[in-house]
Amino acid sequence: MDLEYFFELFLGGLTRGSIYALIALGYTMVYGIVELINFAHGEIYMIGAFTGLIVAGLLTLLGWPALAILVIASIAAMIYSCAYGWTMEKIAYKPLRKAPRLSALISAIGMSLFLQNYVLLAQTPDFLPFPNLIPEFDFLEPIEHIARSSEILIYAVTAVVMVTLTLLIKFTRMGKAMRATSQDREMAMLVGVNVNRVISMTFILGSATAALGGVLIASHIGQINYYIGFLAGIKAFVAAVLGGIGSMPGAVIGSLVLGWSESFFTGYISSDYEDVFAFLFLVVILIFRPSGILGRKESDKV
Amino acid sequence: MSEISEHKILFGWEEIKKSLLTCIWFMFLTFPIMVIQVNTIHRTVEWRWERLFFVGAGAFLLSFLWRYMIRRKEAGIKREETAQNTHQDLLQRLLSNPRFSRPALAVAVLFFLTFPLVFSLYQIDIMTTALIYVVVALGLNIVVGLAGLLDLGYVAFFAVGAYTYALLNVHFQLGFWICLPIGGALGFLFGVLLGFPVLRLRGDYLAIVTLGFGEIIRLVLENWNEFSFGPSGIANIPRPGFMGMDLALHQNHTYIYYLMVGLTVFTIFVVRRLQDSRIGRAWTALREDEIACQAMGINKTRTKLSAFAIGATWAGMGGVVFAAKTTFINPASFTIWESVIILCCVVLGGMGSIIGVVAGALVLKLLPEYFRAFSEYRMLVFGTVLVLMMVFRPSGLISSVRRVYRFEGRNKLEGQP
Amino acid sequence: MKAVLTVTQLTKTFGGLHALDGVDLTIGRNEIVALIGPNGAGKTTLFNCLTGVYIPTGGSVEITSPEGHTTRLNGLKPDKVTSLGMARTFQNIRLFQNMTVLENVMIGRHCRMHAGIPGAILRNARTRREEKAVIDDSYRILENFQLDRYVNEFAKNLPYGAQRRLEIARAMATEPFLLLLDEPAAGMNAQETKDLDDLIVRLRNKEEISILLIEHDMKLVTSLSDRIFVVDYGRKIAEGTPAEVCCNPVVIKAYLGEEIDA
Repeated sequence: MDLEYFFELFLGGLTRGSIYALIALGYTMVYGIVELINFAHGEIYMIGAFTGLIVAGLLTLLGWPALAILVIASIAAMIYSCAYGWTMEKIAYKPLRKAPRLSALISAIGMSLFLQNYVLLAQTPDFLPFPNLIPEFDFLEPIEHIARSSEILIYAVTAVVMVTLTLLIKFTRMGKAMRATSQDREMAMLVGVNVNRVISMTFILGSATAALGGVLIASHIGQINYYIGFLAGIKAFVAAVLGGIGSMPGAVIGSLVLGWSESFFTGYISSDYEDVFAFLFLVVILIFRPSGILGRKESDKV
Repeated sequence: MSEISEHKILFGWEEIKKSLLTCIWFMFLTFPIMVIQVNTIHRTVEWRWERLFFVGAGAFLLSFLWRYMIRRKEAGIKREETAQNTHQDLLQRLLSNPRFSRPALAVAVLFFLTFPLVFSLYQIDIMTTALIYVVVALGLNIVVGLAGLLDLGYVAFFAVGAYTYALLNVHFQLGFWICLPIGGALGFLFGVLLGFPVLRLRGDYLAIVTLGFGEIIRLVLENWNEFSFGPSGIANIPRPGFMGMDLALHQNHTYIYYLMVGLTVFTIFVVRRLQDSRIGRAWTALREDEIACQAMGINKTRTKLSAFAIGATWAGMGGVVFAAKTTFINPASFTIWESVIILCCVVLGGMGSIIGVVAGALVLKLLPEYFRAFSEYRMLVFGTVLVLMMVFRPSGLISSVRRVYRFEGRNKLEGQP
Repeated sequence: MKAVLTVTQLTKTFGGLHALDGVDLTIGRNEIVALIGPNGAGKTTLFNCLTGVYIPTGGSVEITSPEGHTTRLNGLKPDKVTSLGMARTFQNIRLFQNMTVLENVMIGRHCRMHAGIPGAILRNARTRREEKAVIDDSYRILENFQLDRYVNEFAKNLPYGAQRRLEIARAMATEPFLLLLDEPAAGMNAQETKDLDDLIVRLRNKEEISILLIEHDMKLVTSLSDRIFVVDYGRKIAEGTPAEVCCNPVVIKAYLGEEIDA
């Protein structure tokens, strides 16, 4: 009995961790390239979830099959999140590339506040029910009470995204340009890398994975509101720092560690203080190990 | 010449094409969220096409403005690089001219002193709230504007002050005037306690950690029922008494108003003196270059800590007055977004500039009260203000001016000890 | 000759890399010593180890004040080192760009002042006196460095040569008995370098301080320094008067290298 509870928490943690990973990837990629904490990244995830909800709602009314709706809603969410991510970069960050880091961070906070309230005003301040789009798989029946098919789908999608992104960055031309830019932007520019395009691409990739996370988790939990991006974004940031910000495998490891810690903490110790735990985790990690598990230590040049 | 060509660029065919593209892009971008409202329970869809028109028209017009502003900004940067003298704008020149600033100050003093005699109770209340924000924003200005430490958990110290008064009053029946300094002192103490571990962090990490601390304090207040009475908060907090007398409602509000005016004047006085002292210079230098600052013999940690803790002191005192004024507090008043609003006051007014911050806080607190239509979009506007200020005017509406020292020549100097 | 700075067996490693490998160095009272070596030889690392920016991996750094107090600097913070009497400038100018020239120098006086927060708020007689003295002292320092006409100018708006001078002025405001200059002539033209040469000599003679400088301009180095100290790959490879060092074949090979043959 106890073992089963443990297993349930373990899988719950894996689910949380996977979602955090999908968001944290965007955080870590953007930080790796422009050294900016993209505070509004959580909002991109929220916008992905909302777009998914709207598209899925429309198609449900038309009576389409669930799986088709899921695919189309995910694609629409990704397209729109990318568009928002790209536009956000052009408006709020690009004019600030040469400005002090804090200016860009304040701008990002402003963007976050703007997007939250934009959705609040244009849609609704209340929680909206998200249609359950993920059919129950038959082969899961024996373990149904601990692992739902939506969870299995989340693991699978996260794994696929992870592998795809890694391959993309390792082997494509754009991937090489991204790595070069994150090493040394000036130098990359000198050898002919179009840095503007690289930065845009980074925001687009990060937004797409976040949108995927948004649709999946919304479908799994069953409701969304305009505020879901804030906490998810903060937690994904913690995960990215924990894994070593700028490092993609780090973001995944950090997310899983955070997901499991949260899950076991709420399962065994206290569920009232769930978010306190996440913030404590944030504070402790940043104070004692700001370079994370896989990150390199940064120091100012004298 | 340059002006003519500027206009040509602004209204040429190329520009119109660009704006059209922007217009189409934003119509695409906002389409699902602005236009479609799906109700999955009642299975209805609402299409709000008229919104698309407003978005399109707005994007088309604003994109002209945006490009014009960007161009002006770039030209401005070039000018600044070549100019020998520091560039000051009209407002700053007026403010630094005693022939204008003295009468202006007199009018302001007169206005604030006679305010309760002229305006209604409702207006007095609004102005008192605005003044609380002025004081708290001036406190944050020390941390962010002078020392360059972005503190996103600032409202936590405000909460510390508010809960100090509320709890001390509930448990020990302590009065307002005893709690005001205690609130400030506890703010200072919390500033030191929270500041100490985090101040060696780099700027952007510092911001996130302070955010974390702020949220932890709020969540603890929300969950620890035995201590803080949980999410329902504490009600019936007494208003301050005047020499042991209980005042009538109107008198009481007026009293708190004058109290806030006094606290504001006191804050401005202290911040001015701090800014213009050995400590204040060290804060500014720290903001400019930490490594050079240490090489000048300035203790980085102690200097940062002093800024952090003094800023927190003012938040603590502001919190006590806030609790006394509203007579009811709960954790929901102290979210991260409250910190962001205070930050917005500082950023809009001008980081490091006292008069700027005062103006910023007054504008941002009073506008939503007087323009009801505006108040719905309040937070949207705050977000926009943060982005636009950072992009176009990072130094704020009234940017800070460095003090100018006058020397009347060698002889006088050598004659002095 | 009394030593003001004694460095023994100083070592600094980054990971597996030996940036400094057992360096010995002494500087005497009122002496000008130049530190030269090819790029990446470890000169700035040495500066950073001396001033507390880096913590040395091994060895010791000691300074002796004119009053005869000897202090071991290993592990002390940069601000402590400065207040003990060793000041420095930076290779890439690090002025407080958005503060005025006078304020830059006043910041240099910070560690010789005492006013705290209560003093700042109450502005009592002592604080006022101190503040006034600091303004006057700073102005006088600016006069000495011919920077007085820029008093209220922002540091970032100064011409390049003046910015370099201001950095030295700011360092001198901390009242050091040992001054470290990191490539003070970098980017200067011939006339500016000449003025700098005069300035450094005047500083040594008038203020009676010792100077350690990193410099690539050999003409300046030979004219200024009493002794030259050559490092390469984190090791000392030669030491002596300018004449000795310039003829030293090891130095020519390591430092001037192929250029001599060409």
